[in-house]
Amino acid sequence: MNPWLIVGLIGLGTYLTRLSFVAVFGRFGVPPWLAAPLRYVGPAVLAALAAPAVIAPGDAIDVTSGNPRFFAAVVALLVALRTKSVAWTIVAGMGTLWLLQAVW
Amino acid sequence: MAPLLVGVIPFGLILGVAAAASSIGTMLGWATSPIIFAGAAQLVTIELTNAGAAAAVVIATALVVNARHLMYSAALADHFRAFPTRWRYGLPYLMTDQAFAVSITRYATTDDPLYKRWFFLGAGLGLWAPWQVVTAVGAVLGAQVPESWSLDFAIPLVFLVLLTLSVRDRPGLVAAVVGATAAIAGRGIPYRLGLIVAAMVGIAAGVIVERVRR
Repeated sequence: MNPWLIVGLIGLGTYLTRLSFVAVFGRFGVPPWLAAPLRYVGPAVLAALAAPAVIAPGDAIDVTSGNPRFFAAVVALLVALRTKSVAWTIVAGMGTLWLLQAVW
Repeated sequence: MAPLLVGVIPFGLILGVAAAASSIGTMLGWATSPIIFAGAAQLVTIELTNAGAAAAVVIATALVVNARHLMYSAALADHFRAFPTRWRYGLPYLMTDQAFAVSITRYATTDDPLYKRWFFLGAGLGLWAPWQVVTAVGAVLGAQVPESWSLDFAIPLVFLVLLTLSVRDRPGLVAAVVGATAAIAGRGIPYRLGLIVAAMVGIAAGVIVERVRR
């Protein structure tokens, strides 16, 4: 599929998601069967996106010194939990990765 | 708005850099800013396109990431009902985590629909304009950065910090751990379909833990 079409469809779908209750369902509110799963979309999807990229960056699970990204991610996670800051997390994660790549 | 913008700048820069490095191309990668205008979903689109994911997987994942807007839409619907149609259909384009947060807080202190709609427009555009600029700057800079800098690693780092912000309780933590485990287990499934499965399994785990705890 043409990548512009993909982006366009995501844009359209995102707009309709934002418009949804404002335009149509305003009177009903979010039904409980939908509200519960929505609470866990963030944690589940973001963890599913991040985990393979740091634990198995080369497709095979590797948490040894052969995979500095794993250790850099652990440092970044601790900084993220502490600071809640995108900037500091990137600084800590990239800094650790560069350091380990230089040392190992 | 200012403190919110500070957090958005590094995210926007990284998004631009990611766009420049992805097979999606610098132009379309940046164009996700005006077309989608939702950081996490844009990053998902850029990252998954680069990973060769199936179109349906890219679209489904991005829209699932954006499903949280349903909650915002529901919470704002009551306030927006008094707006003229054009505003009611236009303003949702500017709906973001940040615009929602500042508006719903301010709406608690006023009943004036005229003020409410201008406030939302201000909050929305206050984020929209810098976002377009910052992601463009990132895309231009990103094209200059050599691959040896491993800047692609900033993408999972952004997902990580967004993750720490989204986990607020025990069921959320379970959803994250189960989602992560399932994604690693299913990473070999073609077209990144494992991601969708992992997300659904993680969400289900969160819902189940929430039910059990009650």
